[in-house]
Amino acid sequence: MAEITMAQALNRALRDALHDDPNVVVYGEDVGPLGGVFRVTDGLTAQFGEDRCFDSPLAESGIVGTAVGMASYGLRPVVEMQFDAFGYPAFEQVVSHVAKMRNRTRGRMSLPLVIRIPYGGGIGGVEHHSDSSEAYYAHTPGLRVITPGTPSDAYSMLREAIACPDPVVFLEPKRRYWAKEEVETPVRTAPMDRAVVRRTGSDVTLIAYGPMVATALEAAEAAREEGRDVEVVDLRSLAPFDDATVTASVRKTGRALVVHEAATFAGYGAEVAARVTERCFHYLEAPVLRVGGLDIPYPPPRLEHHHLPDVDRILDAIARLQWEADWVDPDAVPSGARPPASGARRGREVRS
Amino acid sequence: MKRLDDRIAPPLPTLEPIRLVDRHGRRVADPTVSCPSPTTLTSLLRAMIVGRRFDRQAGALARQGRLAVYPSSYGQEACQVAGVLALAEQDWLFPTYRDSVALVTRGVDPVETLTLLRGDWHSGYDPGLHRCAPQCTPLATNASHAVGLTYAARHKGEDVAALVLMGDGATSEGDAHEAYNFAAVWNTPVVFLVQNNGWAISVPLHRQSAAPTLAHKAVGYGMRGYHVDGNDAAAVHAVVGRALEEARAGGGPAIVEARTYRLDAHTNADAPQRYRDDSEVEYWKQRDPIERLETLLRAEGHVDDDTLAGFAAEAERMAADVRERVDAAPDPDPDELFAHVYAAPTAQLVEQRQALRDEIREG
Repeated sequence: MAEITMAQALNRALRDALHDDPNVVVYGEDVGPLGGVFRVTDGLTAQFGEDRCFDSPLAESGIVGTAVGMASYGLRPVVEMQFDAFGYPAFEQVVSHVAKMRNRTRGRMSLPLVIRIPYGGGIGGVEHHSDSSEAYYAHTPGLRVITPGTPSDAYSMLREAIACPDPVVFLEPKRRYWAKEEVETPVRTAPMDRAVVRRTGSDVTLIAYGPMVATALEAAEAAREEGRDVEVVDLRSLAPFDDATVTASVRKTGRALVVHEAATFAGYGAEVAARVTERCFHYLEAPVLRVGGLDIPYPPPRLEHHHLPDVDRILDAIARLQWEADWVDPDAVPSGARPPASGARRGREVRS
Repeated sequence: MKRLDDRIAPPLPTLEPIRLVDRHGRRVADPTVSCPSPTTLTSLLRAMIVGRRFDRQAGALARQGRLAVYPSSYGQEACQVAGVLALAEQDWLFPTYRDSVALVTRGVDPVETLTLLRGDWHSGYDPGLHRCAPQCTPLATNASHAVGLTYAARHKGEDVAALVLMGDGATSEGDAHEAYNFAAVWNTPVVFLVQNNGWAISVPLHRQSAAPTLAHKAVGYGMRGYHVDGNDAAAVHAVVGRALEEARAGGGPAIVEARTYRLDAHTNADAPQRYRDDSEVEYWKQRDPIERLETLLRAEGHVDDDTLAGFAAEAERMAADVRERVDAAPDPDPDELFAHVYAAPTAQLVEQRQALRDEIREG
């Protein structure tokens, strides 16, 4: 098995989709002969011709708007917004047409299209090249919003997105483009609308997605050295949300922490925290905490490390999850109760 | 894709609009286009008469509260009808909320046309059936859809052109610019018919654009632009027909600016006396598109009282049918709110649908 990067995995997914389905077309800014600024479309024009992978005028609303027209006539366009913040001119098309066309037409006109957006920071990009725009899209009913955290997921989820009858906003964590994994393509991972448990643990659930999955796993490893057994859930799909997987994990561990790069205020983590609280309240030992970016416009590259959540910030947050509540008054334990298996479960059993 | 050295600057549109029938119903010769046949002119007249009756009926339903709102195209019938009748069967129409008459002309069920404005659903007709996109409210945003659709058709080897209806105000939108540019660069067969009625709700044209005519905008994109008398159905039909023909033959897209006037308010909720003078409305009533064509066809003996009585009777039957069926339309089903958000409802939507059902049942 060979090691490939996430960018290569995405490239292979596009290549295989173009090969398997003549209705797939790939276009956007610089995706033709250049192969995209991140080389995700490298070699596709040479292999499939200018009819299948081509450069468009530099206008994001036009790119998405034309994709709406193509998808309504049976093509499966895969368009690229070159960077997160360059996708904003297309916002009206996305929220007013892409997300709503099926609903407006009572299911008679569907839009099987994919909008690929490299997003997030951590690559030293100057202004407008590092936004985490996921909440804007996830808030819009009618869109599927997914984001892979590994090369194998990148391949599998992009293939599934292109085959999906619903429009998909496909967020690519650009700082993980060069992350490697041994993968044999084609590869099929879990369905794209499911969260997966990346690492099992019993003390606390770290909920992460996209660029933060690797950081969460590193933090989990570091926490083990501090005696905490951390479970990591990779959401993968931001919309729809996989309540079942997340709820099962948090009910098991009793503590939850959401991690993302985006500004914390009104960020995606707020939705996760609310859903977890609504479904797991009686299982929780501590409030659900959020570890996100600062509530500031994305900083200049020389300061971005202060903004982005890292292992230390996650460990600090884990430490704030009220572990002192492990202590339970022995008199409060009903006689004959089974000795609790872990601190996290203790309070629950006492209450039950 | 055209290379730079192959490009020829398109001719400038004329400042004086192309006209084939003047306001007194007399033929005028034009060097650009020839007049459609009497048979075509008669079908234009018939469609305008039926269209105006539909428009008047819908306006009445709005005033009675039986429609949520109705944006009238009274006075713009030549644009509504003649552009649509220039389309081939396989072509697509991209209308706005003001283009209900165009949809009825295309063959869409008048009651299904009013689904949006009655507030039952966002669009009532099957777009594929008559090749009409849903009526678009955010201005100019459906123009790029037409570009993409015709691109897709060409990709599949099909001969499909599209007619985008837009107003003068919409040409100020960034999406109009992007659609014009994509259409021109991709050389897709799209005709953008700009119904310049002089007013974007309350804002007059001179606050909207400093272009000599809106058709001049085409030139900067490498497109052809035509400036036509929008109350002359013969001229609109001939010019849109020519533009479609050129576009199909690979000559590229075009902007057709049709100078017309909205005789009614923007919608039943508008107050036009706040921004325009009655004398202006009177001026345009003298240039009525229906009277003009009727005068010509009568004078030349192509229609008579019987023909016109037949058209009027047809219009009345349609209006009666609309009145009857609009009221008979079933109440919208709350369950449907969840049915079309995704191809299959998500777990969350299934949950919310059940919660709403319970809420309704418990009153």
